[in-house]
Amino acid sequence: MLRKLFKFHGGVKPQTNKTESTTQPIAQVPLPDRLVIPLHQAVGGHPRPLVAPGDKVFKGQRIGGADGSLSSAVHASTSGIVHDVVPALMPHTSGLTTLSVIIEPDGEDRWGELDKVNYRRTPPDELRDFLRDAGVVGLGGAVFPSYAKLKPGKEGRLKTLVINGAECEPFITCDDLLMRERAADMLKGIVAMRHMLQAEEVLIGIEDNKPEAVAAVQAAIAASGQSGIEAVAIPTRYPAGGAKQLIRVLTGIEVPHGRRSTDFGVQCFNVGTAYSIYEALELGRPLISRVVTVAGNVDRPRNYEVLIGTPMDHVVRQSGARPDSDRYIMGGPMMGVRLPAFGVPVVKATNCILVGSPALFPPPPPEMPCIRCGECAKACPADLAPFEMYWFSRSKNFGKAQEYHLFDCIECGCCSFVCPSHIPLVDYFRFSKSEIWARERDKEASDAARDRFEFKNFRQEREKQEKAEKLAAKAAATREKVAAEGQAGTTSAAAETPDVAAKPAAPSAEDTKRALIAAAMEKARQQKAQVAPKNTEQLSTETQADIAAIEARRAAAATPPTPDA
Amino acid sequence: MLTALLVMTAVALVLGALLGYASLKFKVEGDPLVEKIDAILPQTQCGQCGFPGCRPYATAIASGEADINQCPPGGEEGIRKLADLLGREFKSLSEEHGVEKPKSVAVIDENTCIGCTLCIQACPVDAIVGAAKQLHTVVAGECTGCELCVAPCPVDCIAMEPIVDTLDTWKWRYPVIQIKQAA
Amino acid sequence: MINSPFVRKPASVQQVMLQVLLALVPGIAAYVWFFGAGILVQIALASAAALAGEAAMLAIRGKPKALFLGDLSAIVTAWLIALTFPPIVPWWLTVTATLLAIVVVKQLYGGLGQNPFNPAMAAFCLMIVAYPALMSQWPAAGQLDFSSQLQLIFGGARQVDAITGATPLDALRTALRAATNPDSQLHGLRASQLMDGPAYGMLGGKGGEWVALGFLLGGLWLLQRRIITWHIPGAFCLALAASAGLLWAIRPEGFASPVFHLASGGAMLGAFFILTDPVSGATTLRGKLLFAAGAGVLTFVIRAFGAYPDGVAFATLLMNLCVPLIDMNTQAPVFGHKKD
Repeated sequence: MLRKLFKFHGGVKPQTNKTESTTQPIAQVPLPDRLVIPLHQAVGGHPRPLVAPGDKVFKGQRIGGADGSLSSAVHASTSGIVHDVVPALMPHTSGLTTLSVIIEPDGEDRWGELDKVNYRRTPPDELRDFLRDAGVVGLGGAVFPSYAKLKPGKEGRLKTLVINGAECEPFITCDDLLMRERAADMLKGIVAMRHMLQAEEVLIGIEDNKPEAVAAVQAAIAASGQSGIEAVAIPTRYPAGGAKQLIRVLTGIEVPHGRRSTDFGVQCFNVGTAYSIYEALELGRPLISRVVTVAGNVDRPRNYEVLIGTPMDHVVRQSGARPDSDRYIMGGPMMGVRLPAFGVPVVKATNCILVGSPALFPPPPPEMPCIRCGECAKACPADLAPFEMYWFSRSKNFGKAQEYHLFDCIECGCCSFVCPSHIPLVDYFRFSKSEIWARERDKEASDAARDRFEFKNFRQEREKQEKAEKLAAKAAATREKVAAEGQAGTTSAAAETPDVAAKPAAPSAEDTKRALIAAAMEKARQQKAQVAPKNTEQLSTETQADIAAIEARRAAAATPPTPDA
Repeated sequence: MLTALLVMTAVALVLGALLGYASLKFKVEGDPLVEKIDAILPQTQCGQCGFPGCRPYATAIASGEADINQCPPGGEEGIRKLADLLGREFKSLSEEHGVEKPKSVAVIDENTCIGCTLCIQACPVDAIVGAAKQLHTVVAGECTGCELCVAPCPVDCIAMEPIVDTLDTWKWRYPVIQIKQAA
Repeated sequence: MINSPFVRKPASVQQVMLQVLLALVPGIAAYVWFFGAGILVQIALASAAALAGEAAMLAIRGKPKALFLGDLSAIVTAWLIALTFPPIVPWWLTVTATLLAIVVVKQLYGGLGQNPFNPAMAAFCLMIVAYPALMSQWPAAGQLDFSSQLQLIFGGARQVDAITGATPLDALRTALRAATNPDSQLHGLRASQLMDGPAYGMLGGKGGEWVALGFLLGGLWLLQRRIITWHIPGAFCLALAASAGLLWAIRPEGFASPVFHLASGGAMLGAFFILTDPVSGATTLRGKLLFAAGAGVLTFVIRAFGAYPDGVAFATLLMNLCVPLIDMNTQAPVFGHKKD
């Protein structure tokens, strides 16, 4: 039976360049001298380190604990000694650092104790916690913690579970090889996910340029005897592997920006994620390695099973980088991330290390003005008008850019790909998005500061008033006391002229005020004396000099500043 | 002649009544300009402009008592926005009020702090916590970087540290590449 | 630094413009065949003027000359000017018009991609207002040999009235008006009978219909190359034919047939080469349909009721004016926001 497929708007057909890296099976990479495992590898909170320098760790031992409502654990990829826990360069265009655990492997590659779990007998919440602590995240590139997506919608069940084996980016073949070699185990992961989501049907979408993978998955389905799972070959057109585009192709449903796909009865996972769920549940192995394609400017493009934290140049060496290589790209040529250095570690998001050279990826010809030809709009898989958003982004008119649905842009790169004026459209959109986010943050911060400032003023005003009231009450009390004393002496006078009685009280009230001030000053002096450093005898001369300096400054500062200076 | 006069008078009356009604119906409470100016100001509350806080400065700009280039934390961009809003010419930051610095937060050196509470009193946004003779600390998220706490500290234990970019605050750069004149 | 995507389709503005120029060749060939080689002189004049004007403006604006002259957009404008103007206008008129188009309508608005009006059509309108007589003298097919064309283009003497006439469009309109006049000798004749003269061919003007066919062929090739989409030419032709057909059906003695309208004047050139200019045209699919349909109706209205020989240029400019409004109100719903 042929399934009815749907179309998404736009898309492009770049050269796929996939055959070279599929000729060889997935290979292992020898242990590197050092693993650098960033703690923050997934969408959500920053995991906190659970190990300290000098600790001995086993393979699969948790070294970063999930923190916050959305976060995912991180594990040691091999056994060894924790060399350090320091910020290290992360595989990101920004060139920023992130807290990372550096492990020196002991070469034994010994697993710690592994907990397996029977997903059919475990309550869903526990199962999700288990997967969170196993560090399973989306391996398609978005690295969204999988446990958070393994929740069925409101009805408690799901219509369709979509498994993404489309792999539409040129050069990348890691999912292809995974499906060819490990279809049966991947299927076990899919069955577990289907159970957790209570999904009626499972559709595995694979681009039709991977007939071997389609055949392997179909064979595995047949062998497993599962019903309601289907491997569907879909037309090869970038970006068919975008989650939204794939859901559209397989089910006809369009999930709008900012909405959960479960609200529409669909959920989507990558095939690699399915395999790591199998490893976590059935073998108890957390996510410590993944299949990575090494392609581009190398002699032997190939797929490798790579431990998370392995320096990329160590992996690329296995494939033989050519001498004119000038950069590594994480991911494919359409959406890949330009990396700041060769030695950054492989992380969970690394589906491909694309080795670039000026000849392979030449710089674009000079940017020309937009001629509004509309090619970008024709190619946009999100039905946007990129040339309009470009116009507003360029003039920094962000409000207008948002009106044209800037945030529906998935940054797939189709518009830049087709632009005859060679405009880096996606760069403009990334710029606009980060600028809008920054502005929102600034606005929130300044609003908070304004509120706090106004509250402080209000509080000071209130305190002043309270103090004044207290003082007035005290003065009245003193006055009464003085008046009472005076009354005892001159009862007759007071009796004769009641308003005169207040008169002697007035100067005495001033006296008491003066006395109060004197007392306060004395108290302040005492306080000051208390602040003076004590026990200085045993200190080194250096510290004593420091203290002297501090004292001098304090003396200088003691002259009270004028209040409204 | 008389009809013309009558018509004109009637028109004048009707229009006048309309205007009067409109001025009542669409009456604006307060000065909306101050709100708009205040929204542009960075709310650092540093007082470098010569006014005790951002709102007083906004009021002063609105009433013409202060110029638009007295806010160093707002920087050039802030001046540009104010110039746009008020339809004035852009001018560079007035030097007597300070210079534009990278955004930073105050950090208290915990080894030196004597717990005098002077900085707590100076902080315009209550971003410093602590009590007398207790170690003080700055709540970095609330700190506006106004530097008002630096001067009052008797032991000079407060330093301003520039905010470091993280993945959440890192920004993509503006991609315009100037096309060079072909040789 | 370069960010993703790292690969690009080998497309460029230059390539697009080059294909547009190539697509004009069949029409130009027919033009030369029927009306003589004078048009080639005009094309050369306009191209030279366009390049000179563009180069001067780029120098003043401090833009890279080689890059922008090489994009061929000025040449496209120049060719369109030459092809829409009468082939025997004096050289200075062609040059002035081209300079106006390039310097004022294109470069002063910001150059490539920034002009709100189609430069060639703006120049046409300016010239027909400034020099109505010179802009209305068209030779009939085969009427003038090359040397007399050259003389008319470069020579000062102009006794053109004696040797040229109006375009078939213009002539037919005059004749149809006369036909409604009881005093005229043409009274009571129908359009088909009026078109019996030597100036007319099978469908439109003699020779002119073949030129139109040439442009149609070129346009279809552009469609096949996906340089343009069917929306603009389709909607334009349909609207022009429909509005012409409606009045023709009501009063066939007073109006020319829709086929005549399509085959005459600048209809084909306009449909495939002028209205499809992306810079000054609408960009959304619905917008393109509206834009071109509006231009089609306006073209017919100006042709049938106006005083100018053809309506394409004015219709184009009028619709250029509406583009921002059309684009703003015809934005297609984006992914996930469609109403099924």
